[in-house]
Amino acid sequence: MPGQRVFLHSRTLPVRMVAPSLKLQDLIEEIRGAKTQAQEREVIQKECAHIRASFRDGDPVHRHRQLAKLLYVHMLGYPAHFGQMECLKLIASSRFTDKRVGYLGAMLLLDERHDAHLLITNSIKNDLSQGIQPVQGLALCTLSTMGSAEMCRDLAPEVEKLLLQPSPYLRKKAILTAVHMIRKVPELSSVFLPPCVHLLHERHHGILLGTITLITELCERSPAALKHFRKVVPQLVQILRTLVTTGYSTEHSISGVSDPFLQVQILRLLRILGRNHEESSETMNDLLAQVATNTDTSRNAGNAVLFETVLTIMDIHSAAGLRVLAVNILGRFLLNSDRNIRYVALTSLLRLVQSDHSAVQRHRPTVVDCLQETDASLSRRALELSLALVNSSNVRAMMQELQAFLESCPPDLRADCASGILLAAERFAPTKRWHIDTILHVLTTAGTHVRDDAVANLTQLIGGAQELHAYSVRRLYNALAEDISQQPLVQVAAWCIGEYGDLLLEGNCEEIEPLQVDEEEVLALLEKVLQSHMSLPATRGYALTALMKLSTRLQGDNNRIRQVVSIYRSCLDVELQQRAVEYDTLFQKYDHMRAAILEKMPLVERDGPQADEEAKQSKEAAQLSEAAPAPTESQASQLLDLLDLLDRASGDAQHPPPLDPSPGGALVYLLDLPCAPPPPAPIPDLKVFEREGVQLNLSFIRPPENPALLLITITATNSSEGDVTNFICQAAVPKSLQLQLQAPSGNTVPARGGLPITQLFRILNPNKAPLRLKLRLTYNHFHQSVQEIFEVNNLPVESWQ
Amino acid sequence: MIKFFLMVNKQGQTRLSKYYEHVDINKRTLLETEVIKSCLSRSNEQCSFIEYKDFKLIYRQYAALFIVVGVNDTENEMAIYEFIHNFVEVLDEYFSRVSELDVSFFNTVFHGTWQAHSSPYQESIDEPPKICSALEPQQACFSPDSSFKGAASTTPIY
Repeated sequence: MPGQRVFLHSRTLPVRMVAPSLKLQDLIEEIRGAKTQAQEREVIQKECAHIRASFRDGDPVHRHRQLAKLLYVHMLGYPAHFGQMECLKLIASSRFTDKRVGYLGAMLLLDERHDAHLLITNSIKNDLSQGIQPVQGLALCTLSTMGSAEMCRDLAPEVEKLLLQPSPYLRKKAILTAVHMIRKVPELSSVFLPPCVHLLHERHHGILLGTITLITELCERSPAALKHFRKVVPQLVQILRTLVTTGYSTEHSISGVSDPFLQVQILRLLRILGRNHEESSETMNDLLAQVATNTDTSRNAGNAVLFETVLTIMDIHSAAGLRVLAVNILGRFLLNSDRNIRYVALTSLLRLVQSDHSAVQRHRPTVVDCLQETDASLSRRALELSLALVNSSNVRAMMQELQAFLESCPPDLRADCASGILLAAERFAPTKRWHIDTILHVLTTAGTHVRDDAVANLTQLIGGAQELHAYSVRRLYNALAEDISQQPLVQVAAWCIGEYGDLLLEGNCEEIEPLQVDEEEVLALLEKVLQSHMSLPATRGYALTALMKLSTRLQGDNNRIRQVVSIYRSCLDVELQQRAVEYDTLFQKYDHMRAAILEKMPLVERDGPQADEEAKQSKEAAQLSEAAPAPTESQASQLLDLLDLLDRASGDAQHPPPLDPSPGGALVYLLDLPCAPPPPAPIPDLKVFEREGVQLNLSFIRPPENPALLLITITATNSSEGDVTNFICQAAVPKSLQLQLQAPSGNTVPARGGLPITQLFRILNPNKAPLRLKLRLTYNHFHQSVQEIFEVNNLPVESWQ
Repeated sequence: MIKFFLMVNKQGQTRLSKYYEHVDINKRTLLETEVIKSCLSRSNEQCSFIEYKDFKLIYRQYAALFIVVGVNDTENEMAIYEFIHNFVEVLDEYFSRVSELDVSFFNTVFHGTWQAHSSPYQESIDEPPKICSALEPQQACFSPDSSFKGAASTTPIY
């Protein structure tokens, strides 16, 4: 009985009966019968245990059945690696049933990453040279699916022999195996190139198709092959022409088109051959026109061929008339009711829009209609294409459509749509007012999806459009009054209200209906923004600053504002707290300066956020410089105290005492900001000391990226007859500067121009105070100990300015 | 180039899967569930091409079975669409009114048919009967067992 093994041992041992192993169908039945995932897992695990046991026992009769079951289980997603060696055994067997399952298993379970796959190379080799067609077919299939580079190299000659076999069944497979080999080992193209041209003469479509694929692969991989195969373009043209013009052939026709797959493949190859090559392109022109006009487009097969034709026309050097034809075909596709066709049309038009912009423009209305599609893939494509089609003449109309789309589009497209609209508006805006309107509309509709720099762009835009200040601030106020949840909108609105609050309260603006706005209302609105839990910290910052600015713009008294500011002095958010504290200080101590500080912002250049910040802050610093002459005077008096420090001089850095709080002290950080640095001229070296052949030189470097830093290198040289030993150099600078001494290169300068000692001083001079330097030297020379203290005179001005 | 070929039913059970690039086994189940989810969420009026990660999916629905082919960018989607139908026609010829049940029970046959009918790089449309006759010697051991009758329906999928 199949599947039953009975072990008969001596009487003392029990008779063991093994249950018959399941057939594949039975296993499938069982799995289907499992009601839950857990049950299914149980069944499968049990069966896998059986299979494993059977493999261990090495039963040759049912091995193929076990492996078949294992493959099924593998397909469902369970691990099956223990079947790999069994595949090898099955392939090596002589029975066809075994080989079949074995090869199938090899295709599914083995792959390049496991070393075991090399073991089947020999079996495949034997099977390939056997001469039994199904077996050879199996071997070729397996090789083409999972052949690794080594296997391909070993078996290439066998496959090449099979290319010339009379049987089309085998030749087809051999050609496909060759395609796979070329992909794995491009060097084999020399082996497979010669038969190609010969194979093109075949009548059998399967072989033709395989050959065309092989040639395509070869051409894609090597330019030499590409040149070689340009010779066959006329032949390909002929084949395609025959296909298109011959009548209905039962063998190869699909819905009226004669072998569309072969046609598509030939067209693809023609595309590769004709790209960037005038001569081949010209040969193809007529044919392409013929295919385009003759193909029956009522069914999908015809449309597939037509689509491929269009792609080919677009890629080669085709005649102008042909390109127009291609675009028109795509336009026709767009009007087709079948969505698939519309999708491919939109995709191809997107590719075309760069090169044939005007031709695509003609189809703009249809594209815009496609925006209304419910299908997500289609509307996304339509959106991309519409954005690409916007130009200065149609921008108003297109923007209207796109904005309508923005309101109704699915959320994942919103971000793209919003940024697309903003970009297009930037490039093609006819007037500033239209631009502001558009951005405003985008912010109100899709505020949360816009990019971060939209806020900065908008503020800059509004700032630049002087005549529109009143208009923009009113519109923003209205928008803000309605809805304070869209953060970018709130930020821009807060900034505007702060800057142009006086214009808001004036009441009159000709472009928008007059609105009486009360001071209290404005303040209430800003407070609402501050307190709302929907506001981000950045938004709150904007609102607080806006409130401060209004304190100078509004006529009424500032008690309310002062109250709000003082509340936020104890806010948990550090940024907000700092602002509140500073503004409060401004109210209390520096009220006289408030108006100057909170003046209207100057217009910033548009090069980038970094430039904006520097420009803004340097201008504010300039405004403050008249107000703060005192700090420099107080520092001058401290300079003279420097020399006391020398007794304590060591290598440590010296810390300047804290600066007196000077007017504008809270804002002193502005003064510390580096201005645009002057181009650094090299500072001349200075000889500071000379005694009996021992010389000390100073060289200065001011790195351009940090103008407050000065690097001094002292070099001690010895031209005398005696060595200098135990050389120590110490330095002192005024209290407002910071000095750091780095370790010297050594303590000894050998006699007669020996290796000098160098040491680096780092001096930080943020206030650009005049540099004074005192040096103290101690060393041994000619058996005498020398000590020198002196101040360096004639320090070059560039070292500290 | 075709990356994978799946036949999945509406409940998410994979009836046939063939991968042409190595995909880890646990990633396969994940891939299949995601793919079938995106196919199920489409209505009848939507187009048959979906963009999924870096593949394009082309799917066709036949009764309760979805046939999904994943391709990379270089393929002509409409040709693949036609090809799926061609494949189903071959199956129909071989099984005479093929149904999902046939697919689940004879998936080894399907692997064989697929190999004979196509490869990852080509689509060939030899007429269905020719393909079937080519399959005969290989399928001898897998001929449908007439003694087996499933309780489930055998509604044809074509």
